[in-house]
Amino acid sequence: MFSDAEAEIFRLSMQVSLWATFCSLPFGVAVAWFLARVEFPGKVLVDGIIHLPLVLPPVVVGYLLLVVFSKNGAFGQFLSGIGIDFAFTWKGAALAAAVMAFPLMVRAIRLSIESVDQRLEMAARTLGAGPLSMFLTVTLPLILPGLIAGTVLAFARCLGEFGATITFVSNIPGETRTLPLAIYTLTQTPGSEDAAFRLVGLSVFIALIALAISEIAARRAKRSLGMTR
Amino acid sequence: MISVALKKSFRRASIDVRFETSEPGITAIFGRSGAGKTSVINMIAGILRPDEGRIELDGGVIFDSATRIDLAPDKRQIGYVFQESRLFPHMNVRNNLLYGWRRRAAGHRIISLDDVIGVLGLDPMLERSPAGLSGGEAQRVQFGRAILANPKLLLMDEPLSSLDNPRRTEILPFIERLRDEFHIPILYVTHAMEEIIRLADRLLIIEDGSLAADGTVEELTGRLDLRPLTGRYEAGSVIAATIKENDTRYGLTHLSFPGGVLRVPAIDGAPGTPVRLRIRARDISISTELPAGASELNIFKGKVVEISPPASSQTAHCDILIDIGVPLWVRLTRLSIDQLELHPGKEIHALIKGTSVDRQSLAARKGEAVP
Repeated sequence: MFSDAEAEIFRLSMQVSLWATFCSLPFGVAVAWFLARVEFPGKVLVDGIIHLPLVLPPVVVGYLLLVVFSKNGAFGQFLSGIGIDFAFTWKGAALAAAVMAFPLMVRAIRLSIESVDQRLEMAARTLGAGPLSMFLTVTLPLILPGLIAGTVLAFARCLGEFGATITFVSNIPGETRTLPLAIYTLTQTPGSEDAAFRLVGLSVFIALIALAISEIAARRAKRSLGMTR
Repeated sequence: MISVALKKSFRRASIDVRFETSEPGITAIFGRSGAGKTSVINMIAGILRPDEGRIELDGGVIFDSATRIDLAPDKRQIGYVFQESRLFPHMNVRNNLLYGWRRRAAGHRIISLDDVIGVLGLDPMLERSPAGLSGGEAQRVQFGRAILANPKLLLMDEPLSSLDNPRRTEILPFIERLRDEFHIPILYVTHAMEEIIRLADRLLIIEDGSLAADGTVEELTGRLDLRPLTGRYEAGSVIAATIKENDTRYGLTHLSFPGGVLRVPAIDGAPGTPVRLRIRARDISISTELPAGASELNIFKGKVVEISPPASSQTAHCDILIDIGVPLWVRLTRLSIDQLELHPGKEIHALIKGTSVDRQSLAARKGEAVP
């Protein structure tokens, strides 16, 4: 049904998007909690910086990543020293996708944290639960629908990431050429319309599957909260 | 045993209270809304931080501003029953009940799930989700959950105020059973006098953030100077008595109290059981001589202590405080007062109608429960 090259593109896209999503998830929850619950001076600034990738041209984000994480970049040299190489690798593609998707993830999770009844958390504390135990047994289950929504949203955004990726890690077949980059490449090659269209179909298919999974998971989570009968 | 001294300033009000309780049973914290009752117990629970003060519980310091001790709520071993249902919506009733129990060290789990299920009648709802519980059921589960954490002290913040009247009547016996079965001291915040009379032994009255009075329920409800605080409900008096004997032939129970023996329609309870009863001011009549031809049932000799408001005022009714061994409030028209020539010190006979005893307020105080 699919050629080896197509299978490779699919596998790489999934690898990049899943790593990007799940590695940023703990940070997303932490940042969302921080923004939802902690008041501190300069909060508007922090909030703004986190939302920058949403409003900046993706190319700009990609270029900034290149400056910071390239082998000559300030942070890149340090990371290279401990064996993590982002420049022109699939890890770099995952980083670019994660940065671009982060604000969407944080927004969804933050909203669900803000909607948690803090009186329930206080009840847990009076019953002997410490802050971490309270978070794991009360807050986390209550924000699960929002967490799932944020994760799927971020995954979809990762899957579609183009501008920052091509700027930061270029378009290397088998290493950084994800679905959108492959489609772009094919549309630039005369006579490849059919091949491009097959990948477009694949994109639509993955998106629909992701949506279906999130819908099922969110329904289960809500049912366990007694929100629907 | 808990000893509390707390100060806290808010934008518009401040709180400055100091009290101790040593006995088990229920200590009611009474006051108008906004008087600061809930803030006081929130500070005891560790939910609200006092500006300064000290809280000791069973000999251990849980808060002390001087030495900067401030235990987190989960380290204080103080249970809290909230006004509204705060059951965890993602857990069934059983897991809600066990939430605190599982977090308590095994050696301190004196109260078990079965104990609580039995006392609170929770068996039929264990596997249900909190969303499907009625208000009264949810409150019972909250009681059980707090008790199962095996706390050293239990705080209750108007636990009945979110319920309608019939539900309240349903829940009251469960609180009595908690009090009598588990011997955990309870601080009970409320603005409902009926609940205090039924449940509490001791009463703390809070007004504008400070302690206006501290004493037994009988003592404080009989005090004239507190009537603006205790409110209109106090058209009556509260008397502590013990069951002397049960007269099955006439269906009466004889209660002994400092004024003599009062006969009331039969109530359950073995001789010696302490009970509390409320006698409404309008259910007592006054006579200056022993009424001729009247049965001597529930007639007590005493004298007038005080007339309020003074006989010179223009109101139709006056409340008279009489002393028949215990203080009693009597409500009479001013006309009757003038006709009987009542004045402080005058000897009178008080006729209490046996049926006027408020059965709602009959409750065991300590020791065995009245089922």
